[in-house]
Amino acid sequence: MSKVYKDPITGVETTGHVWDDTLMEFNNPLPMWWIWTFYATVIFAIVYWVIYPSWPSGLVEKGYFIGTSEITYQNTDKKGTTTAQTTHWNTRALLAYEMQNDENELKRKKYLKEVAAMSYDDIAKDSDKSSFVRSYGKGIFGDYCAACHQTGGQGVIGHYPNLVDDAWLWGGSAAEIQKTISDGRKGNMPSFAKTLSDTEITNVANFVLSLSGTEHDVASAKEGKLIFNGKGGCMACHTPAGTGLAALGSANLTDKIWTQADVPHAKDKVAVVSAVVKSGIQREMPTWKTRLSEDEIKVLVAYVKLLSAE
Amino acid sequence: MMKQETVEVNAGYLIILTLIAISIGGLVEIVPLFYVEGTIEEVKTADGKDAVRPYTPLEQLGRDLYTKEGCYTCHSQMIRPFRDEALRFGHYSLAAESQYDHPFQWGSMRRGPDLARVGGKYSSAWQAKHLNDPRDVVPESIMPGYPWLRSNDLDYSDIVAKMTTLRKVGVPYSDDDAGYQANVEKFGEKVAKTLDINKAEDNIMLQAKKGNYDGDPSRLTEMDALIAYLQVLGTMVDFNQYDEKYFIDFR
Repeated sequence: MSKVYKDPITGVETTGHVWDDTLMEFNNPLPMWWIWTFYATVIFAIVYWVIYPSWPSGLVEKGYFIGTSEITYQNTDKKGTTTAQTTHWNTRALLAYEMQNDENELKRKKYLKEVAAMSYDDIAKDSDKSSFVRSYGKGIFGDYCAACHQTGGQGVIGHYPNLVDDAWLWGGSAAEIQKTISDGRKGNMPSFAKTLSDTEITNVANFVLSLSGTEHDVASAKEGKLIFNGKGGCMACHTPAGTGLAALGSANLTDKIWTQADVPHAKDKVAVVSAVVKSGIQREMPTWKTRLSEDEIKVLVAYVKLLSAE
Repeated sequence: MMKQETVEVNAGYLIILTLIAISIGGLVEIVPLFYVEGTIEEVKTADGKDAVRPYTPLEQLGRDLYTKEGCYTCHSQMIRPFRDEALRFGHYSLAAESQYDHPFQWGSMRRGPDLARVGGKYSSAWQAKHLNDPRDVVPESIMPGYPWLRSNDLDYSDIVAKMTTLRKVGVPYSDDDAGYQANVEKFGEKVAKTLDINKAEDNIMLQAKKGNYDGDPSRLTEMDALIAYLQVLGTMVDFNQYDEKYFIDFR
């Protein structure tokens, strides 16, 4: 080894490097507490590595560590046969086990099953079940429905229908709501920009406003009625009386409930209705039966019914 | 015993010992990849083709926008096998589902919800409205708006280069007849057609026109591509075909 340098004043060994004539660095050993802490972290890392488990030591699978013993879960195969399966510890098997044995999960399943077996009227009468529907339904509604229909179900005028009023485009019975949620709906009103002139559209708009007794130009509405029942063909979907057909999802124009044109807040009411006639409507409610189970949809229907009843 | 100083002052020792230390770190990361084949689940469609397919060119461009706009900084694409995640997001993510992602978008930050199964959850019209300004549809949302997606024309000039590059890292896009036939065998004819690099531009137009994702059929915008990508996320595997045991046995 090279020569040993010492600081002339203290006599302590230095690295032998000198800066600015006299500045030197002591070459003291590391403090013992530091060295032992370092060794301890190395040992900790190795133990952690095995237990985590990053290293396939086989110890974890054999259950030498708390909570990582073998897992037995019930597997229902595609033929419907249920058998007990035992496997080494892994997170997928643990999930299967928890879905079958977790106390809260069993409770959730039990309630879901009971609600599924009840009629909607009975659910509404049973305070225990309807409070389950209220809390569990709120979760599903919040995750899947509120994105469009908003957290309280009030919808967005011009885009997404309001679920808390009494007006239903596709029918408000439990069976119809269930069908809407399971299969989805496609709302389609053609654009009349090319088939009707601007004056004709204004006339139709005035007639549509007259149907619900909203302020309108009487002479123009009279002309509009002819187009509504004739050239425009509006009555084919909205019916000659303007009450709409649940089978087609066409809106009832005689109530004062507006889902597409924001008539109550519009200054120029004719203009907002004309805009809808001009552009037409393309709306889609996605189908949910691929994502939600039948029982979950039932809870959702009951929840929506409760929302609209309040 | 060799002193630390001996190693520090002898370049030869230093090089050899550094190499050994680095290779241990490297091997620990590399060796598990030799066994990765066994961890990718085999998932098939009802007619026996591979269920998970590479992205169509339009979806791939949407994916590039997803990374460009930094969506991954707030959204993960990894549903973990936990009860609460199963109830909220659906079936846990499979390794197979991100096998053609380079790089995968698993992420770990969830300022927003997980997007691994967001495909088909909301309508394209909703997605367009939401991306433009999230508060139009979710008043309490903290997500920023991305209004330029709707106004920017989609730049697809480099799609051939992009697909060719992905092919080099193992994504089975085809650029000749042999590759196409292999894809027909693996994914079925309908999918194989979308993976043909030579027809990439036609396929972009075709899908955008059919999907009309941004609600404006007259233009091809960045919004079209991003929504096409979002709408396919997590939709490729039909979980009704498999029981619990099938996926557990891969672990």
